[in-house]
Amino acid sequence: MSLKHDIEFTLNGVKRRVSVDVTMNALAMLREVIGLTGTKYGCGEGECGACTIQVDGVSLNSCLMFAVDCDGRNVTTIEGLANDSKADALRESFVEHGAVQCGFCTPGMIMQADHMLHKHAHPDEACVKRGLEGNLCRCTGYKKIVDAVVACGAAEVTP
Amino acid sequence: MNVAEKKARVIEPDSLIGKRIPKMDAPEKASGRTRYIHDINLSGQLYGKILRSARIHALIKSIDVSAARALPGVHVVITAADIPDQRPIGVAKDHFPLKVGRVRSQRDEIAAVAAESEEIAEAALKLIKVEYEDLPVISNPEDAIKPGAALIHPEPHGADGSHLHLKQGMSIAHKGKPDNIAMRFDYVHGDVVQGEAESDVVVEDTFKLHYVTHCCMGVSGMIAEFDASGNVLMYSNTQVPFLHKREFAEYLNIDPARIRIIQPPIGGGFGSKLDIYPFEVICLYLARAAKRPVKMLFTREEEFLASPTRQPVLLTLRSGCKKDGTLTFRQVHTLHDNGAYTSWGATTPFVMMQTFSSLYRVPHCDYHTAAVYTNNPYAGSFRGYGNLQATFAIEQHMDMLAEKIGMDPLEFRLKNAQDAGEVTGQGMSFKSCGFKDCITTAAKRSDYARKARENAANRDKPGNIKRGIGMASMLHVGGGAKIYPSDGCGTILKMDDFANVTLITGASEIGQGSETVLSQLVCEELGLPISAVTVVNNDTAITPWDVGVHASRTTFIAGNSAIGAAKKAKSKILAVAAKKYGTAEDELDLRGGFVIQAASGEVVVELSKLLRNLHFQDKAELVMTTFYYEPPSVHQDKGFKGDVSAAYAWGSQVVEVEVDTDTGIVRMTKVTGAHDVGRVLNRLGIEGQIEGGVVMGQGYALTEDLLIQNGVMKNPNFRDYKLVTAPEIPEMDIAFIESMDGEGPQGAKGVGEAPSICIAAATANAIANATGVRMFELPFTPEKVYRALHGQTPKLYWKPWKAE
Repeated sequence: MSLKHDIEFTLNGVKRRVSVDVTMNALAMLREVIGLTGTKYGCGEGECGACTIQVDGVSLNSCLMFAVDCDGRNVTTIEGLANDSKADALRESFVEHGAVQCGFCTPGMIMQADHMLHKHAHPDEACVKRGLEGNLCRCTGYKKIVDAVVACGAAEVTP
Repeated sequence: MNVAEKKARVIEPDSLIGKRIPKMDAPEKASGRTRYIHDINLSGQLYGKILRSARIHALIKSIDVSAARALPGVHVVITAADIPDQRPIGVAKDHFPLKVGRVRSQRDEIAAVAAESEEIAEAALKLIKVEYEDLPVISNPEDAIKPGAALIHPEPHGADGSHLHLKQGMSIAHKGKPDNIAMRFDYVHGDVVQGEAESDVVVEDTFKLHYVTHCCMGVSGMIAEFDASGNVLMYSNTQVPFLHKREFAEYLNIDPARIRIIQPPIGGGFGSKLDIYPFEVICLYLARAAKRPVKMLFTREEEFLASPTRQPVLLTLRSGCKKDGTLTFRQVHTLHDNGAYTSWGATTPFVMMQTFSSLYRVPHCDYHTAAVYTNNPYAGSFRGYGNLQATFAIEQHMDMLAEKIGMDPLEFRLKNAQDAGEVTGQGMSFKSCGFKDCITTAAKRSDYARKARENAANRDKPGNIKRGIGMASMLHVGGGAKIYPSDGCGTILKMDDFANVTLITGASEIGQGSETVLSQLVCEELGLPISAVTVVNNDTAITPWDVGVHASRTTFIAGNSAIGAAKKAKSKILAVAAKKYGTAEDELDLRGGFVIQAASGEVVVELSKLLRNLHFQDKAELVMTTFYYEPPSVHQDKGFKGDVSAAYAWGSQVVEVEVDTDTGIVRMTKVTGAHDVGRVLNRLGIEGQIEGGVVMGQGYALTEDLLIQNGVMKNPNFRDYKLVTAPEIPEMDIAFIESMDGEGPQGAKGVGEAPSICIAAATANAIANATGVRMFELPFTPEKVYRALHGQTPKLYWKPWKAE
């Protein structure tokens, strides 16, 4: 059986200590060790973006990150956005704009969009499309997802 | 109490129909709280994994599972030898879940393991030793029909080589087949010889359609559990729970009543979950043997390898018309790559022939298909169900015929387009038909005529970017499809003491938004806000029968069923109110949570109060109703004729492209669509369906290509199988033609499949408009386009062939 390693990190604002297999990726740790299933497995090789999380404020594919590399870092998942008012607006924008169909890509999309909105508060359509290029969706044709993110950024401009 | 004396509070009329109503399940999904099958774990659960074939076509000489069984943490290892009562599965009952004696494709299931963890199960698979004896691989359907071709399902022979005497009624899995023809369809109306004689112009071309697959974002999976009495609980992503319940029972040799299917939210369907696949039956075998719940999830690679595909088609179409633009005949021969086994892909000719026979008025039509066995992946059902392939050929020929007779392609289409009131040669009766409106609306909104003219004129001007515009139209079932004994759906509706509704429907939600639309329809009848409804739609122990999510039928069929149940509830409520308040039922209505005077909108009583009064009286009663809706469609006869759907959906799409003649890259810049949807029920939802379908069609036309070489899938991953990404999507302008179907719920017709159908055909026409070069083979990858533009694509020709 594989070697275990103890790590300590901040997950969604709470300090965690977990023991993980050294070969395990962060996605498997979140889903199977910690039990947070909002982060999705879509491909396991960084092509679909369904497993997008934020680590020290940067979005990345959790399937491509070793769990042990979370040690000492600040990790945010879709569940961690529950107490974030800025993210409330983004989620509501997804709902209101019809950006959710089967919903399987949605957590990853929102994690990526949230990251994008932190970098570019008021992105235009081209910027959003570029920013979501690494997140695949098979249901919506992306248009309503792009609309949702653009509208969320624009809403912050208007008082 | 006299109603008129009550101080008048007036409720203004309001309607939910046509509004932008967000999906009811969207907040949960957007928060990451929704539990898909991947997120559900049962206590005591084991993990199942399947060993697939290392060869494409081979005899299995031996399987040694002893080392796998000995691995700590392994509970069960099974092969066909452990399940002597295996029954054949699939549309043609031509394979066993665990393969017996022979593998016929890369995905073939040889053994399965249930273990304490996925890692242990995977480790166990590596310990299984299989000896094979290779057989010749047939990877091309044209080779499969050659005389003397090796057989994919040969008839069994005795030990001495003699033909075994086979019992009548045995399945193909047992008795084999004397040829490689899995299924054939022959359809005719009129007389094509006469049609050709009447033609001034005839064109004939061969079209080649490729392999693509669904790529649901959530991989396939299921959880199976047997209780102490042998009853089965399945968590499944099936799109057809009630038919599958019966089928699973057959495979397990138990009473269907002992099977319960719960459908957790699903990570994409698109037709992929319409058949029972080996992994599902194998998961049941493992759970039965282990006496523990077993969960099985695919990896993405496995999802590519072992999911159904859209069926590749080789198609030769011969079409004719008169100088005045009247279509005269259509003769079609197609060859479908069935793959190694038969799933719904083989039956897509049902839909293809509708397009050939009835999209336009064609007096003479002749259509022949053979779906043939090869050692390739087997084809299933996929949004559009053959219609993308048929439309690809037909709509190119519409442009080509128009050009030959020097007629404007729009005028040519309009001259031959169907109208309401027509009955086609195939017996389809068009009650509502906005086809001509679709053509003219899409053309006008996209400025088709001007752009087409200018693009053609600019073709030979300098510069490597050529603009093109192309149109295609489609016909698809929009009121269910009567292919089973019933095409119906049941509804149970109950109201509580606070005027909330629980809507229990047989219709499955697969992300398309059915729960929201059904709630809207119920609220429209009962005058309630959408927040008053809870939908239960995912448990065969609770929900009434439904034939399944397919054929764009849910809004139409389940919608009418929900309305039926709501109307019964309303009628009961109004009868009670009329009696209580001394007025006539037809003078009352329900609105805004109140019983009102229909004429004035004046409040009579709060609905919740009335319901409580009804409940807490001496003769206590609750408002609970049921309804079963069966559409007024008919089964086709043996010649495939008959009005198979209660309504038909129409659409026209105009695609604009930029072709880079230096690189062959085709950029899709804009799609303008006009869809006859009967009536828009939920504008937000229907836009989402159309946009998603358009982009799926874009992938089919430009980027997606499942590469199979000699039976081996070369690109089972998102790196090499290219889905469209956000920056590549076209601008989309979607118009809705509301033809108000008389049978449709609030006038609506089905639309789920429609938007994907025309895109590839319209793109081909757009490329021709841009460059003057016709593309007959999908997808339009840069290499293919570049070769075609530089005269390096030999003319495709497949000689029409008819199975004897």
